[in-house]
Amino acid sequence: MKEKEQGMSLIVKRITRITVSLIFLFGVYIMLHGHLTPGGGFAGGVIIALSFIHVVLAFGKKESLKMLNDNVVSFFESLGGLLFLGIALSGLIGGYFFLNVLPKGKPFDLFSSGTIILSNIAIFLKVGVGLFAIFIALAILRVPRDDKEEVK
Amino acid sequence: MSLYILCLVLFAIGIYCLLVKKNLVKKIVGLGIAEYALNLFFILLGYKSGGEAPILSRGLTANSFVDPLPQALILTSIVIGLAVTALMAAITLRLYEKYRTFDINEIRRLKG
Amino acid sequence: MIELHVVLILMIICAIVAMEIKDLLSSVIALGAVGIGLTVEFLLLRAPDLAITQLVVEILSVIILIRATVGVKVPQENIKMRLGYFIFALVFVAVFLFFSKRAVAQLPSFGDPMMKIGSLYNSLALSKAGAANIVSSVILDFRAYDTLGEATVLFTAVIGVLTVLRASGRKK
Repeated sequence: MKEKEQGMSLIVKRITRITVSLIFLFGVYIMLHGHLTPGGGFAGGVIIALSFIHVVLAFGKKESLKMLNDNVVSFFESLGGLLFLGIALSGLIGGYFFLNVLPKGKPFDLFSSGTIILSNIAIFLKVGVGLFAIFIALAILRVPRDDKEEVK
Repeated sequence: MSLYILCLVLFAIGIYCLLVKKNLVKKIVGLGIAEYALNLFFILLGYKSGGEAPILSRGLTANSFVDPLPQALILTSIVIGLAVTALMAAITLRLYEKYRTFDINEIRRLKG
Repeated sequence: MIELHVVLILMIICAIVAMEIKDLLSSVIALGAVGIGLTVEFLLLRAPDLAITQLVVEILSVIILIRATVGVKVPQENIKMRLGYFIFALVFVAVFLFFSKRAVAQLPSFGDPMMKIGSLYNSLALSKAGAANIVSSVILDFRAYDTLGEATVLFTAVIGVLTVLRASGRKK
């Protein structure tokens, strides 16, 4: 019985299908408005890591790791790091490292403030996928329990 | 002044827990408490009485905000704290898998 | 600011509970209570960015620590040394507070920061960076080297966790 049903009960799975996309969308919202309202790449990244963790907790390891295997995780982690470094290097066009080379735009608009929004996206990918990789590594590890040892 | 002292009391509790407790999970908890107290101390230093949150909007001048520099430093410090906690939890789990205990005296004795 | 004192004293009580309780799961949950108190303090001190980040980081940290402690036998601490530890704790806290009180006397008083660089950031954020959120413009434009270092530390921590926890041992 334990082997057949991975994850939690049917109610939890059904609710998870509805809520996890909302949590993911909230993380993206927090990240995209990071230069206008409180939030930013760090908070949004941790929120999307929590939404992935929600899927893993509800559906079990095997089901969810089919969708998000380690190739996807390492690709996005590297993409975030390289994007941030690319933004930093693009400042060398204008003169020095981390110069804000893109046009600033109108203040208080969504697409304003030059490279800050791109940096937010890079930090978002890096923090979210990195923390999710840590959780996956902790979840896959199989620690022997004490009660099993006492039976033996 | 009294807020600073209370914050340092919280820091002292964390350091004491880190030094005295034999359990590895308790040591992680103590380091977390000390880190929270340190973050709070920085933000207390940057508070300006009657100040607003550092987000620009129409009708606010540059003089009406609290200090944004400690907030920017602590924002990175919080995420680094989470990564450090995860690394310590991973090492603790490996030690538990090998020695079947969290007690550092036992771990040292089994090593011989 | 009486509410700051109240929340801070509540955090100290939760920290003592987290330190002294026997059950490891209860200890981790008490650490979560300290973090929620810290979130409220950040909101009262006008730092909403930090409040959001601290709240979600606290949830993830409690999940990771519960993963580390669940299903573990509660260890037996020896109770004979309890009185000696108590006296040592009192002496330690007294010495620490004696020196820190002299250090705190040199700091600017609460509610009146120096703001030598902070006022510069406040006035230049809209013209130089173009962002309404001043904290975001500081960490991603004025002081972006900090964030690059932070990304490096996070990457190193992820690699460290994956190395420590890899499934297959070093068999050739």
